[in-house]
Amino acid sequence: MRGATRHATWAACAAAVALAAIGCGGGGNSGGASGVFSSSWGDPQNPLEPANTNEVQGGKVLDMIFRGLKRYDAKTGAAENMLAEKIETSDSRNFTITVKDGWTFSNGEPVTAQSFVDAWNYGAGLRNNQKNAKFFGYIEGYDKVHPDSGSQSADTLSGLKVTGPHTFTVELNQKFSTFPDTLGYVAFAPLPKAFFDDHAAWVSKPVGNGPYTVESYTKGSQMSLRRWDGYPGDDKARNDGVDLKVYTDNNTAYTDLMAGNLDLVDDVPAAQLKNVRSDLGDRYINSPAGIIQTVAFPFYDKNWDTSDALKVRQGLSMAIDRGQITNTIFQKTRTPATDWTSPVLGAEGGFQDGLCGEACSYNPSKARKLIEEAGGLPGRQIKLSYNADMGSHKEWVDAVCNSINNALGNDTACVGNPIGTFADFRNQIGRHKMPGPFRAGWQMDYPLIQNFLQPLYYTNASSNDGKWSNKDFDQLVDQANATTDQAKAVRLFQQAEEVVRDNMAAIPLWYQNGSAGYSERLSDVALDQFSVPVYNEIKVS
Amino acid sequence: MGRYVVRRLLQMIPVFVGATLLIFLMVNVMGDPIAGLCGDQQCDPATAAQLRREFGLDKPVWQQYLTYMGNVFTGDFGTAFNGQPVTELMAGAFPVTIRLTVVAILFEIVIGIMLGVITGLRRGRPVDTGVLLFTLVVISVPTFVTGLLLQLLLGVEWGWIKPSVSPDAAFGELIVPGLVLASVSLAYVTRLTRTSIAENKRSDYVRTAIAKGLPRRRVITRHLLRNSLIPVVTFIGTDIGALMGGAIVTERIFNIHGVGFQLYQGILRQNTQTVVGFVTVLVLVFLVANLLVDLLYAVLDPRIRYA
Repeated sequence: MRGATRHATWAACAAAVALAAIGCGGGGNSGGASGVFSSSWGDPQNPLEPANTNEVQGGKVLDMIFRGLKRYDAKTGAAENMLAEKIETSDSRNFTITVKDGWTFSNGEPVTAQSFVDAWNYGAGLRNNQKNAKFFGYIEGYDKVHPDSGSQSADTLSGLKVTGPHTFTVELNQKFSTFPDTLGYVAFAPLPKAFFDDHAAWVSKPVGNGPYTVESYTKGSQMSLRRWDGYPGDDKARNDGVDLKVYTDNNTAYTDLMAGNLDLVDDVPAAQLKNVRSDLGDRYINSPAGIIQTVAFPFYDKNWDTSDALKVRQGLSMAIDRGQITNTIFQKTRTPATDWTSPVLGAEGGFQDGLCGEACSYNPSKARKLIEEAGGLPGRQIKLSYNADMGSHKEWVDAVCNSINNALGNDTACVGNPIGTFADFRNQIGRHKMPGPFRAGWQMDYPLIQNFLQPLYYTNASSNDGKWSNKDFDQLVDQANATTDQAKAVRLFQQAEEVVRDNMAAIPLWYQNGSAGYSERLSDVALDQFSVPVYNEIKVS
Repeated sequence: MGRYVVRRLLQMIPVFVGATLLIFLMVNVMGDPIAGLCGDQQCDPATAAQLRREFGLDKPVWQQYLTYMGNVFTGDFGTAFNGQPVTELMAGAFPVTIRLTVVAILFEIVIGIMLGVITGLRRGRPVDTGVLLFTLVVISVPTFVTGLLLQLLLGVEWGWIKPSVSPDAAFGELIVPGLVLASVSLAYVTRLTRTSIAENKRSDYVRTAIAKGLPRRRVITRHLLRNSLIPVVTFIGTDIGALMGGAIVTERIFNIHGVGFQLYQGILRQNTQTVVGFVTVLVLVFLVANLLVDLLYAVLDPRIRYA
C-alpha cells in the first residue's frame, strides 16, 4: 500500500476535505488480506539489548524475537523449560545447565552454551552500561566484572564455565533456590556472535532466536516483525507478522482502533475506560498483571522510624477506602490489595488473599483512634509524593488523601505532593529527600514471590527505596533462598511477608490489571502476567 | 543591503548563545536525568556513575555547556539516551515538522489573506460580519478541541481521513493537522489583512490608481495588497518559529513524529542533549525567519531601504 496509490488516495481525500466536498472512503487496513496485524507501541527508552531493557515497550519486542532457557506460561506464570534441556543442582548454589540441541538464531548461527555465557558476561560488564546488570549479581565473580566503584578488573564472570557445546555450569555467590525460575527473564537471553561483531548494526536491526524476526525498524516510529518460518520451537507464530506502531499518545491509538486503522491497543487510556465496554464489547480485555501499587515510607527520617509511627502507618492503611477508589477512579481495572504480592502468583506461588487482614480493610474510626494514640501524624501533616508527568497518579493520590482526611476529620492531614518529572521523582527518592510517604509501584521481573519481597524490603536491596530494615525479615529470606525445596521456600517467603505486615513496611493499595482492546480481524488475543499481549498466539482472519 | 545583512547576522550570535545557555541551565535545574533511566527500580550506583561519566554529567554545568557548544560547532549534537545521535533524531523530526509548518503557512496565506481581502473591501457587509464572527470563534476555541473534534468527526465518524498520520507523513496526510495547527493564526491573519486593506483603501495612491483608470484587479493586487501586506508578513514570519516549536499539541493528537514529539519526550526523560539540540535549531529558525521578514519589507515597499 505504500507509494503512488496511497498518495493518490490521500490527495483525493485532501482535496475533498479542503473543498469541503463529500465522499472519499477511508483507506482500509494497511496490510490488506494478509495475516499481518498492527499494534500500538511506545518508543523504547533504552537501546534494544536484552540486558539493557527494563521497561515494557522494549521488553515487548525482545519477548517476540528472543527465547531464553525458561519461559513463563502466559496463563499460570509457571517457569517452564524452553531452551533448557535440564537445570540440575544439589546444593542450590552450583547449577549445571544443558541447552537443547538444534536451536539456531534467525541468521543461521546455532544457539550453544557459549551464546548464553557470552551474553551474560556482556550483560554483567560494567563498561557495557547495561541497566539490568544487577540480575547477574548472584553469579560468582560479579564484584570483579561490576565493582561498586572503579573500573572492572575482569571481563568474564568466574562463576560461568562452558563444559561442552551445549552444557555450562553456574556457580552462585550465595544459595538461591529459585534461581532457575528467574532464567525466563529477558536479561538472560542468549546472544548471537553478530551482536559482538557489529554491535551498531545489530542494535539497528536486532537478530534473535524467537518466533519473529525484525524485517525493518525505523527508530521512533515503526518496527515490522515477521514470522520466522525456520523457528524450531513449538510456540510458532500463528500470524504472519506484527507491525508495531509508535504512538505519541495512547488516546490517538485508541481512536485509530475505533476508526479501523489499528488492530490492537495494549493500553486502553484511562479516559476511555468508561465507554470501552460499549465500544468494543468482548473485544476488551481486562486481566490481572503482576503489578502492585503501594505507599512507601522514608524510614531514614527519624519521625517515621519509631514505635508510634507503626501505629500511624497502620492507621493510614485503615483510613484508605480501597474499594471505592478502585471502583470510581479505575473503573475496576484494579483490585484492592490484601497482601504484598500479586494474585498472578497463585496460591502455590505464594499469593495469600487476606494476609494483610484488618490493617488493609477500611475502618475510619479505628484509623483515627490508632493515629491519636500515636500522638498524631509526624509533622502534623503528611505529604504524599508522586510524579505528575505520567500514569495519571494525581487522581488516585488526591482520592487517597481525601479518604485519609475524611477518616481523620482533618482537611489538611494529607496533601498530594506532585513532582514534575519521573526522573526528578526517582532522583529525590535516590537521594533520600522524600518529605513523607511516596507512591511506589512494583512490576514483577519474574513471577516469583521472591521478586515481590527481596528487592523491596531486604536491607539495602536495590529497590528498597524507604531504607526499611528488619533482621527477622532478612533472616527468613536468607533461609528461603537456601532451601532446596521450592514449596518450603515459598512458605518461608510468606513468613517473611508476615514480618512486612506486622511492621507495615509499606501500605499495599491495589493490584493492577492489564487492559487491551482489539479489532474484529483478530482472535485469541490474551495478555500475559506482565500485561504484554501474547503476540504469537494471535490469529488474523 | 549587504552591510545590513552582515550586521543582523552578527547580532544573532549573542542571542544564540544567551538562548542556548538559558535552556541548558533550565534543563540542568531539573536534576539528575540518570535516576529516571532505570524505571521504578534504583539504578545500581556503578552503572549510574558510568552513564553519568559517559554523558559528561559529572562535570560542572559551565564546563558541560562549553563542551556542548564546542561540539555543536563541529555538527555534533550529542547522543540521546536511547543511543541515537541527536542529529539522527533531527533528521527524522524536522522534515516532518517543516512539511506540517508549510501546510499551515499555506493555509494562512491562501485562506487568511483571501478572507482578509474580501472582508476588508466589504467592510460592514454581511460577509464581513460573518467572517469576523467566525474568526472570533476560531480564536477562542483551543487547538486541542478543534483537533480532537476534527479527528473524531472526519476520522472515526465519517471515515474521510485516517485519524493518525503514518510515519512517512506525506503532504496529503498533513492537510487536516495543518489546518488545525494554522487555525488560530489564520484567524489573526484574516483580521490583520482586513484592517490593513480597509485603511489603505482610502489612501491617496489607491485613489490615484483608480483615477488612472487601472483595472480593479490590478489596483487591488499591485497597489492595495502589496502595501497592506507588511504587518501580515511580519506576523507570518514570526509565526513560522512559533508553529514549529508549538506544534506539540497538534503532533500529539495526530500522532505526528515531529519536533514537538521529540521535545516532549526529551523533556519527560530529562534528556538534556535532545532538548538543548532541538531548541538550538528552533532558535536559529526564529532568527533566520525574522531576518527574512525584515528583508521582505524592501521588496513590498520600495520606499524602505537598508543602509
